[in-house]
Amino acid sequence: MTETITIGESRRPNGESRKLDIEKIRRDFPILEQTVYGHPLVYLDNAATTQKPTAVLKAMDEYYNTINSNVHRGVHHLSQLATDAYEDGRRKVAEYINAQHTHEVIFTRGTTESINLVAACFGKKFLKAGDSILVSGMEHHSNIVPWQMIAEERGAKLKVIPIDENGELVLDELESLLKGVRMVAFNYVSNALGTINPVKEIVTAAHRQGIPVLLDAAQAVQHMEVDVRDLDVDFLAFSSHKLYGPTGFGILYGKEEWLNKLPPYQGGGEMIKTVTFEKTTYNDLPYKFEAGTPDMAGAVGLGAAIDYVRALGLSNIQHAEHELMVYAMDAMSGIDGLRFIGSPDASRRAGVISFLVGSIHPFDLGELLDKQGIAVRTGHHCAQPVMDRYCIPGTVRASMAVYTNTVDIDRLVAGIRKAVTLLG
Amino acid sequence: MTIQEQQDEIIADFEYLGEWMDKYEYIIQLGKELPLIEDQYKTDGNLIRGCQSRVWLHVDYIDGKLVFTADSDAVITKGLISLVIKVLSGHTPKEIAAAEITFIDAIGLSSHLSPTRSNGLLSMVKQIKLYALAYQAKSIQQ
Repeated sequence: MTETITIGESRRPNGESRKLDIEKIRRDFPILEQTVYGHPLVYLDNAATTQKPTAVLKAMDEYYNTINSNVHRGVHHLSQLATDAYEDGRRKVAEYINAQHTHEVIFTRGTTESINLVAACFGKKFLKAGDSILVSGMEHHSNIVPWQMIAEERGAKLKVIPIDENGELVLDELESLLKGVRMVAFNYVSNALGTINPVKEIVTAAHRQGIPVLLDAAQAVQHMEVDVRDLDVDFLAFSSHKLYGPTGFGILYGKEEWLNKLPPYQGGGEMIKTVTFEKTTYNDLPYKFEAGTPDMAGAVGLGAAIDYVRALGLSNIQHAEHELMVYAMDAMSGIDGLRFIGSPDASRRAGVISFLVGSIHPFDLGELLDKQGIAVRTGHHCAQPVMDRYCIPGTVRASMAVYTNTVDIDRLVAGIRKAVTLLG
Repeated sequence: MTIQEQQDEIIADFEYLGEWMDKYEYIIQLGKELPLIEDQYKTDGNLIRGCQSRVWLHVDYIDGKLVFTADSDAVITKGLISLVIKVLSGHTPKEIAAAEITFIDAIGLSSHLSPTRSNGLLSMVKQIKLYALAYQAKSIQQ
């Protein structure tokens, strides 16, 4: 029961931005109104997960209270309503990333599962001994390990696009790096550095040699417009929970022709057409890749999150977050001994500021910020190769969302100063 | 002082420190006073791998007692380590193996012993206990 809906181009915003009322937005996120160790919470761990607006919580609550039922199976009324709600989520995702067809959107458990799915299915069919997968030097472990696993199985190897001191990809040697490569996999925005990568340039070079591209957009979809047709990526992965939606739910987008070429990932209900003990025929897209009862409430929640983000306007969000990034980097630059890891240019970053102060261990700084009610992430951010590149044990990472305000940044700066005094 | 008396003393010390930042100031101070491990013992073999901070632990067996020295690249971890060493170092393997570490919980730092915290403290306590058990087994054999 695959339906094909071609989505129009009309959804593109006109590029002008409206100033967002951040204080009003903050009221949509009740979790922010609490104190931690006696201080009002400053939540700057948004690259790990964003908080959820009441609209998302309400939509999921309503799903369970009024229409919960298994999808695509029952002839009964509730099952039909649940199926409609679930498929409505898919339609919203397809529109959000400007996919050509709704059935190019596969529901998964998150970015990690999406990448594992492509690595396993693509590798099984297309990877031979001696082939290579090209990743970048700033990938999250989720976009390294699945490729390593399948490469090992198939006798293939991993190649890496290097990064420079400013946390930018070095593309001078890209053409020669692409030789013998069967798949290019990299992120749009680095979770450890915040760098925005030149997607189109890499895609063009890869496609020139007939190589497909998987883009990890986990740190991009919440900060900027991601248009799969404009970027011309073959696969795209992201997670709901970093886009103000529920956890445990994610997206794999794949071009129809590619998804049709891949064998199924897991076997079970929903992904089949007919089953006998001799032979099973598989269902059409997207169900071929969705074995078992799916996360219906997840689809509803992500749909509501997308509605929320689109109502605010992605270009407005991008504009507000950029202004805050400039404000934050400027304020933090005033701290003695503080150095940014990654680009010093705020316009080259999205959402993330990774930093160190003098020789202070990131863990010590994170610990003392926590006790002042400031939530940041410390460590290698699941990107150990990036830390090795800079010869550091890790960084402190402050990451923003649409509800982050200048008060949060001022508190962060004061918190760092206090911690530095204490550790000094 | 027995292991338990030492723990009680630490708990009493921390009761005076109401504010979180005061507690941490004290822990940082302790970290700075930690008897440092000699460089020759700061080897990969003595390294306890925590996820975020590294901890080195060295043991000497002197007159039937285990003496521990340690170091970490994070100051707060170092402070916590110094507390653990204060409590457990200089006791017999039997005493250490039987000891129950209650003070970390009592001073409100139990989260530091969570496996997800990954600051090396939990692994260090485990390693000290393993040393104690090993030396205990050895002394029984002799």
